[in-house]
Amino acid sequence: MKNKVSENSSLHSLPGPEDITHVTLSNGITLLARSNFNSPSIVIGGHLPCGALFDPPEKLGLADFTALALMRGTQKRSFQKIYDDLESNAASLSIGGGTHTAGFTGRALAEDLPLLLDLLADILFHPVFPADEVERLRAQLLTGLAIRAQDTADMASLTFDQIVFEGHPYALPEDGWPETVQAITRDDLAAFHARQYGPSGMVLAIVGAVESKKAIEQAEKILGRWKNPQQPRPPELPPLQPLRKTTRRKTVIPGKAQSDIAIGSSGPLRKAPEYMSASLGNSALGQFGLGGRIGETVREKSGLAYFAYSSLNAGVGPGAWVVNAGVNPKNVEKTIDLVIKEIRHFAEKGIEANELADSQSNYIGRLPLSLESNAGVVNALLNIERYDLGLDYYQRYPGLVQAVTREAVLETARQYLDPEKLAIAVAGP
Amino acid sequence: MTKNHTEIILPNGLKILLKEIHTAPLISSWAWYRVGSKDEPTGRTGVSHWVEHMQFKGTEQFPAKVLDKAISRDGGQWNAFTYMDWTTYFETMPADKIDLALRLEADRMTASLFDEQEVASERTVIISEREGNENEPLFLLGEALQHAAFRVHPYHHEVIGDLADLQAMTRTDLYHHYRSYYVPDNAVLALAGDFETGAMLRRIRVLFEPIPAGEVPPRLARPEPEARGEHRLTVEGPGETTYLQAAYRAPAANDPDFFPLTVLDSLLAGPSNLNMFGGGGISNKTSRLYCALVDRELAVSAGASLISTLDPFLYSIVVTVHPQRKPDEALEALDAEIHRIRKERVSKEEIARAVKQARANFAYGSESITNQAFWLGHAEMFATYDWFLTYLDKLAKVTPAQVQEAAQKYLRPQNRVVGTYLPAGGAK
Repeated sequence: MKNKVSENSSLHSLPGPEDITHVTLSNGITLLARSNFNSPSIVIGGHLPCGALFDPPEKLGLADFTALALMRGTQKRSFQKIYDDLESNAASLSIGGGTHTAGFTGRALAEDLPLLLDLLADILFHPVFPADEVERLRAQLLTGLAIRAQDTADMASLTFDQIVFEGHPYALPEDGWPETVQAITRDDLAAFHARQYGPSGMVLAIVGAVESKKAIEQAEKILGRWKNPQQPRPPELPPLQPLRKTTRRKTVIPGKAQSDIAIGSSGPLRKAPEYMSASLGNSALGQFGLGGRIGETVREKSGLAYFAYSSLNAGVGPGAWVVNAGVNPKNVEKTIDLVIKEIRHFAEKGIEANELADSQSNYIGRLPLSLESNAGVVNALLNIERYDLGLDYYQRYPGLVQAVTREAVLETARQYLDPEKLAIAVAGP
Repeated sequence: MTKNHTEIILPNGLKILLKEIHTAPLISSWAWYRVGSKDEPTGRTGVSHWVEHMQFKGTEQFPAKVLDKAISRDGGQWNAFTYMDWTTYFETMPADKIDLALRLEADRMTASLFDEQEVASERTVIISEREGNENEPLFLLGEALQHAAFRVHPYHHEVIGDLADLQAMTRTDLYHHYRSYYVPDNAVLALAGDFETGAMLRRIRVLFEPIPAGEVPPRLARPEPEARGEHRLTVEGPGETTYLQAAYRAPAANDPDFFPLTVLDSLLAGPSNLNMFGGGGISNKTSRLYCALVDRELAVSAGASLISTLDPFLYSIVVTVHPQRKPDEALEALDAEIHRIRKERVSKEEIARAVKQARANFAYGSESITNQAFWLGHAEMFATYDWFLTYLDKLAKVTPAQVQEAAQKYLRPQNRVVGTYLPAGGAK
């Protein structure tokens, strides 16, 4: 009885149609809002369809550079003025480029929501890309790329993407390469902004100590007048060619004490019907407890690594299903063998009934914690919109999790993880 | 933060702090021990952190695999951290499942097995953790700086420990450390969340009161002598990027000077985020160091950290040098800003702005029950919870004169170590 009462009270605190407001502003921007008066703050988040998919190959990194440069000066605010308005009010706002979208996030005390929205509108509508600021930012981006080239985890991940997504835009890093970032001019940034940025496809979520009606009024007043009739539609993704055989590649980074390994394959789309089966299977493979079966084999039994886990990164297009571990360079082969053995066992036999039950219970039990903060709810609302999950998704979620069977997990594992057709990436000395 | 919490000390010395928060059906429980890398003599560096790892390896009642699965099955989040002054274990669980966390912490306060084979396998895991750290230039630089800054005080080594000790320590060393320091009179149990205080207290008494008090060893007391001049060092390693770090001897968290120095840090390098979980993230692009170093293209980033510690530690400024500049040019600009804040009084308005930022960070941090429970116990490790409750008031009382005095007292060249990471691939 106690559990029943608790379950009900948990469900009432989950976002749903009765407390999420979902509207379209007069210019087409999608707005989601949910009130939370437990803390006097608000969080905003959202995205625009201005990602790296639009980058010309010789200027890879253009979308990311443009998004970051939006905050370097507008017609009415200098770089210093933008940040003085934010920091003097203890607020924050940032925007950066991804593969499909440019994503933004911001936070402020509740009374400063109009200020935050005004700043967001200012950088989106009227950026001026001052030449000196563009060069400052370029030096920062190039330093970031130099640091990336030395980061064994980043380079293993990048190398993994190059194998799994060969010939597909997902093989390319959205922050580009040093030579492509060097090739981008100030005018390229201004042109990219003028062409791509507009209200069509923009999504905004507002969560915190504000009545949803008021949030909508403020958003309409500040963002509703933005227009860009020339905004192009995002390009179609080409089909992904699956790997024909296991492919291995190493990126050498001399002088490092540890090597990073990434092993796996492509995974389902977030919208795919088998996504939940894949996700629960992945939990048993390399998440549950201290890293599922992978953590048990690589860390607990063999003592090879401080971290070893698997993840399923599903999005708009094909995802990545990948096992990561950081090991001493002399243990790379041993670790790869162990991981492949686990993947083979998983793809051939699936998971045990108790493993499925454990992960199902974990998924349902952790929901209130993931939705505790305003930032967590913003993330949930954006997922609802991006993947058409429905406003009642988090209330239906326990049922969706419970409906997954062992057979469905096995079928999904077989579909995506072929132990004879894996990508194996290593970065290290 | 409001003062609606309960404090009690059980007969065996265990201090309990409870705070009811009914905004979400969650409870966060933290068990803190007054032991960390500060308590480690040469030869046993890293023992506190290794013991923390062993605490996940099971007891008779909760064998290793049962333990982590039980918490995960209930949708809990759990982890542990070892630091210079303390070690802590937390579980954030759905409110009706918290009993598992309480039973687990009561049990592993005394009954962890420290199985010989588990010790052996965890040795290589921890060496692997250290090797992962060694991949990072800023770890290598920070380790060298800390060692140069503390010749006598045990803050001289990293929490992870030295490789030589990680290779040599035995199960006996680990178990002795565990049984010496993991006693109720050396611990604090702090819970925040969706519970009723009276009922929670009754349950805690049932589980924890039977644990006998121990004889807590005195903490290593080896105060660092006064610095007698600036130290400079270089670390060389792979990469293309040059880093510069200046570490000044700083006061302990309980020293009244800590608060003027906190304001000073905020003006120099931007507001620091006290929230371990969620919240915060105010940028530092209008800070003095950002303007002097990044806007003037001598660096691509600049930041600083002032850490609340039991004994005097370091105020550390870290600069990523611009790829076209030399570290000496960045240091010169940094020194000009230090000189300015030592010479010219800051304005009241600047202080008011820093206080407003700190207030907002507190509001952001209050969204997370885990963060609130963290502070309930954390402040006890170097002061008392009252330190946290009065933090904003103490900041608000800081005057321009106090900021200048703190700058003059602490930000002296004689009081610092300056380190440079020189990349082998593209040294300037």
